[in-house]
Formats: sequence, C-alpha cells, structure tokens
Amino acid sequence: MSVAAALHRRPRLRLGLLLAPPMLWLGVAYLAALAALLVTAFWTANSFTGEVERTWSLENFRELFGIGVYKTVTLRTIGIAALVTVVDAAIAFPIALYMAKVASPRAQRLLVVAVLMPLWASYLVKAYAWRGMLAEGGLIDWIGKPFHASSPGFGVTATILTLAYLWLPYMILPVYAGLERLPTSLLEASSDLGAGPATTLRRVVVPMAMPAVVAGAIFTFSLSLGDYIAVTIVGGANQMLGTVVYANVGAAGNLPFAAAVAMVPVVIMLLFLAAVRRTGALESL
Amino acid sequence: MNSDLIFYSTVSDVRPSSVHAGAGPEATDTPAIELRGLHKSFGPVHAVDGVDLEIRDGEFFSMLGPSGSGKTTVLRIIAGFESPTAGRVRLAGHDVTDRPPFARDVNTVFQDYALFPHMSVAGNVEYGLRVRKVDRAERRRRVEEALGTVRLAGYGDRRPTQLSGGQRQRVSLARAIINRPKVLLLDEPLGALDLKLRREMQIELKQMQRELGITFVFVTHDQEEALTMSDRIAVFNDGRIEQVATPVELYETPATTFVAGFVGTSNMLEGEAARRILGEPGLFSVRPEKIRIDQPGTTVDAGRCAAEGVVEEIAYLGSTTHAIVALGTGVTLTVQQQNADHVDSALLQRGRAVQLSWPRAHLVRLVATGESHPGDDPTEVESS
Repeated sequence: MSVAAALHRRPRLRLGLLLAPPMLWLGVAYLAALAALLVTAFWTANSFTGEVERTWSLENFRELFGIGVYKTVTLRTIGIAALVTVVDAAIAFPIALYMAKVASPRAQRLLVVAVLMPLWASYLVKAYAWRGMLAEGGLIDWIGKPFHASSPGFGVTATILTLAYLWLPYMILPVYAGLERLPTSLLEASSDLGAGPATTLRRVVVPMAMPAVVAGAIFTFSLSLGDYIAVTIVGGANQMLGTVVYANVGAAGNLPFAAAVAMVPVVIMLLFLAAVRRTGALESL
Repeated sequence: MNSDLIFYSTVSDVRPSSVHAGAGPEATDTPAIELRGLHKSFGPVHAVDGVDLEIRDGEFFSMLGPSGSGKTTVLRIIAGFESPTAGRVRLAGHDVTDRPPFARDVNTVFQDYALFPHMSVAGNVEYGLRVRKVDRAERRRRVEEALGTVRLAGYGDRRPTQLSGGQRQRVSLARAIINRPKVLLLDEPLGALDLKLRREMQIELKQMQRELGITFVFVTHDQEEALTMSDRIAVFNDGRIEQVATPVELYETPATTFVAGFVGTSNMLEGEAARRILGEPGLFSVRPEKIRIDQPGTTVDAGRCAAEGVVEEIAYLGSTTHAIVALGTGVTLTVQQQNADHVDSALLQRGRAVQLSWPRAHLVRLVATGESHPGDDPTEVESS
C-alpha cells in the first residue's frame, strides 16, 4: 500500500507530519529564545571576567528598579511610544478614511502601494534621511525659515517624528482594513437620519474604526518600545530601553542585565494587550 | 459617490425648517414627491432613463420591477444618496435636488437594515433625535412610543446582533418613523425575511402606514407584494416607467407587454393568431382565469371570443387547475380553472379537444414594450 493511501486514512497523523517542521521552528527559534532571555535575566555577570554565572539571583531587577536613571529611561520610552502612537493615529485616520471610502478602486490600489513603499527601503537609510532633514541647516530648517521656525534638532521630538514616520504604514493598513469593512449603508443611514458629515464621523465612523486603530496602536507602540536605532541616530544624548539593552550586550558585556532590561518592554506590552483586549482590537489584527 | 456622504462642505446638523414652512397640517394637493425628467448614468449604463412621477401625499406607493430596472436608483435619488445626471426632485413642492440627505425630510428603511452595531436598539432608534439635539426625556418618551409602534417595547437595551431578522427590520422601521418624516422610503425591506414573516410584515406595514398617515414609497421586485400593499404602483423596466396605476388597473388593464408579463400571468395573442381568433390584428392579452373551457362546438354568447384547441398539459394546484391548450396556429394559451363543483373535470385531460372562450371585455390591447418609447434620446447626458 502506498504511503499516500496509508496517510489518507489517518488524518491526524497527516496533519501532525505537515505541521511538525513549522511548529518546531516556532517552538525553538521563537519561544525558546524568549524563555532563554527570561532565564538569563535571573543570572549575573562576573564583573571582573564578564562571564555569566549561572546562579539564581534577583540582583539585576534590584539594580533596574533601584537606580533612578533606569526609571527615567523606562518612562521616557513609554512616553515616546505613546506619542508616536498618537501621532500615527492622527495622521493615519484621514489617509485610511480617504483610501477606504473616497478613492476610486484604482486610486485605492495605488495608495496601498504608496503606503507600503517605505517599508521596502532600509530602515537605516530612512533614519539617516531624517537625521539629514533634522540637522542644523537641513531641510526642515530651510522650510521653516520663512516662518521663523527651526528644526527641533536631535532629541526626544526628533525621535518621535522619526519613529512616527517609520511605523506609519503599520497604523494605516489596519485602520484602512477596518474602515473598508465599515458598510457604506451605515454612513448613508446616519446621513439619512439627519447627521451632517462631522456628526457621522464622530458618532459612527470613529467608534466603529476604534478596534482597528487599537490594532494599529499595538504595532506602533510595541515597535517604538523596542527601538534603539532611531534614537541613536536622531535622539541626541537621550536613551531608550533599547539603547540600554544594546549598551549592556555590547560595550558592558553584561548579558544578564540586558536580559532583565529587555523584559521591561515585554511586560509593558503584556499590560497594554490586557488593557486593549476588551476593545475587540485583537480580533481585527 | 460614497464621498458625498461624509465630505459635504456645507456642514449642517440641523435640517432647514423651510422644509415644513408653508405646508399646512394636511397639504394634500401638493404631491409629496415630484420627479421631473430624471436621468442617472453610471458610466455607460443608463440606470434611470427619463422618469417623470408624482407621488401623492399620504399614499402607499410601490415601485415594482425586476432587478436592474432602476427602481432602487430612483429611491436613492429621492433620499439624496445619488444625485441625478439630469432632472429635478421636489419634496412637498420644494426642489431638493441639490440638498444632501441630512437636509431632506425623508427617512429610509434599508434593505440590509443598516443598524449601527455599536449602539443598543434604543441608541439606534433615538439617533435621529439625538443628532437634532432633542432633550433626553423627550427622546426616551419617543423611543418607547416608536418601539411600541413596531411591537418591540422593552427591547431598547438589546444589541442589534441579539435580534432576529424580522426584529431588526422593525428596529430599522422605528428608527425611521421616530423622526416623523413626510415620506418614508423602503428599499425592499422584506427581501431578507421568510415567506410567513413577509406576509405578516406586509399587513403590518400597510396598517402602520394608514395609522401614521406618512407617504410610503416601497421598492420591491415581488409583484404579489406590490399588489397586496399599494394604493398605486409604478412598474419599472430598463430605467423607465412602463405604467403607473392602481393594483386593479395594473392587473386588469396592463398597458404594455412587459406589464402584462411581469404582473401576474398573461396570454399574449398577436399577428396572424390575433387576426384569426379575434378578427382584428394587434397585440392582445387575456388573463388565464378569464378563459372558460367547454366541449367543442358549444354555443358562444355574444360578446365572447372563442377558439378551439387541444389540451397539452395539465397542472393540478389544489384550489385551481392550470391547463395549457394548443390552438391550431401554434399559439398556446394557459387556462386557469377553479376546482369548483360546476366545472367539468372530464375536459381537463391531456389530448382532449376543447373550446376556449372569454369575454371580449377582458381582452386587453397592449403596446409592445419599447414602442412606447420611440428611440433613445440622442441628447442623453453622459456622465463619468
């Protein structure tokens, strides 16, 4: 009897064989790596040799919560991630609304490509492009000159601008998909019942698009929390959690402490997801 | 066209009071709706191709036609969701052609109900009052009243998703009538309901219309539904109106071949067959139940036409029997017989030679559809 025929009568075995390789990959490369991170955070690094000592201790967390600068960095990171999310939502909503409900099918396709296009370019190139624009005498200075405005320079504002630019597609696409699903008859019904465009937007469009906005926020917020490149390039002397991790892995060679710091965004993200679970956003990811 | 809904540049949440101004409490002389020379093209497609119509105040008016005949587009033009390529729309004497939907004193019951899923039933029903800043106590009172009218009292706190199709339909109705519009537009509102519920809702809608005194404009493709409910019916075909008449007129004296075929079943007689049987050329229709079936050679009363033929097929339908009778000239007629005592059932046999006769008065002379509209208007406005 052929193998195919034997498998035909055993659907569970067939499914098992089919799924084993990807599940193995997911288990080893993804979850095991995360688990290793978690475990490492409870070890310490010998301050002389730099070698990891595999004895259990809460030393890293004590240091993390005990030293004021880490608290500042954590709060700054959360603040930046939150502002990036707000800026992205504010920019993405009108664009997505136009794409979903106004643009012709042809324009719609072109706009989707236009939104995706920046994702095809290197992250570093885009970050350095912003560095160039934000620099003294750069594009922003030049545009602002007639209005007596100048570039914010390198710092937190520049970081927020750059991150908001980098993650914008991740906000636009879910919001666009959400608005696309919004039946046009609901907008007609609202108008029919006497609501002007502003009222329809406030009472129907925004509430119904909210889960999609939260879905986009999950991306922009988590991507911002973990970022360390943009802040290095345009953030001036400011640090984010990502840069602390990077410094401890590289220069300081303190892998366990880096692991402990890396747990912070993970925990923040879990709290964030728990908070938005009830909005139904997770279903619209 | 979607954009019009949310991006009107003139933002106005309050309906202009001028809609009501001038009209007395019972302004029955001015038509509730007046359509003049209405055209609507979607690219190369002429969805509405020259419609003139007056709908009287307080009547139950149906727009009947097959899908794609333009009836829904006309309704959407009245509501303001589409703007006509050419022509004017007047509501109670006021030209509203250029007004957005939120500035027209009409409300719509949508085919898919279009209930707001993020609001409760009460939230949906009070929406129109809310956007017009009616205070809370008044809103609550009228929501109760409207839900009572559609027999859904006590359902205010539920979510639309928790309701059955028929209940959603009622919520959608309550949401529209709570605004006390001059005209209620209904776009195939019973299309999604099963037959039994449909029949119930037909009667209820008719009663509601009579009690509220609102003009109803009802779009349907179901001729039986239109006949049952309407004061008057406009039959649509290919973007044009074939006939506007009461249900009785429409059935008894259809104007065109299309109407005769679409509303009920009709036997058509034309050309040579008409000349031989009726003695005059032309295009005629006779309804199956007007035809009597007799033994060949039976004396025919004055004022009746007669023809002989052979029974080709018999269909027993309980209260009636249908017979398809082939006349010599290649024409077949459908005959409908009541299964009553006095009917000679021996005649209803396949292969049997019979004589058919019907009163000349029930012979309706038709205009062939298409001939009533001599050619397409060459000045047709093309639009993008």
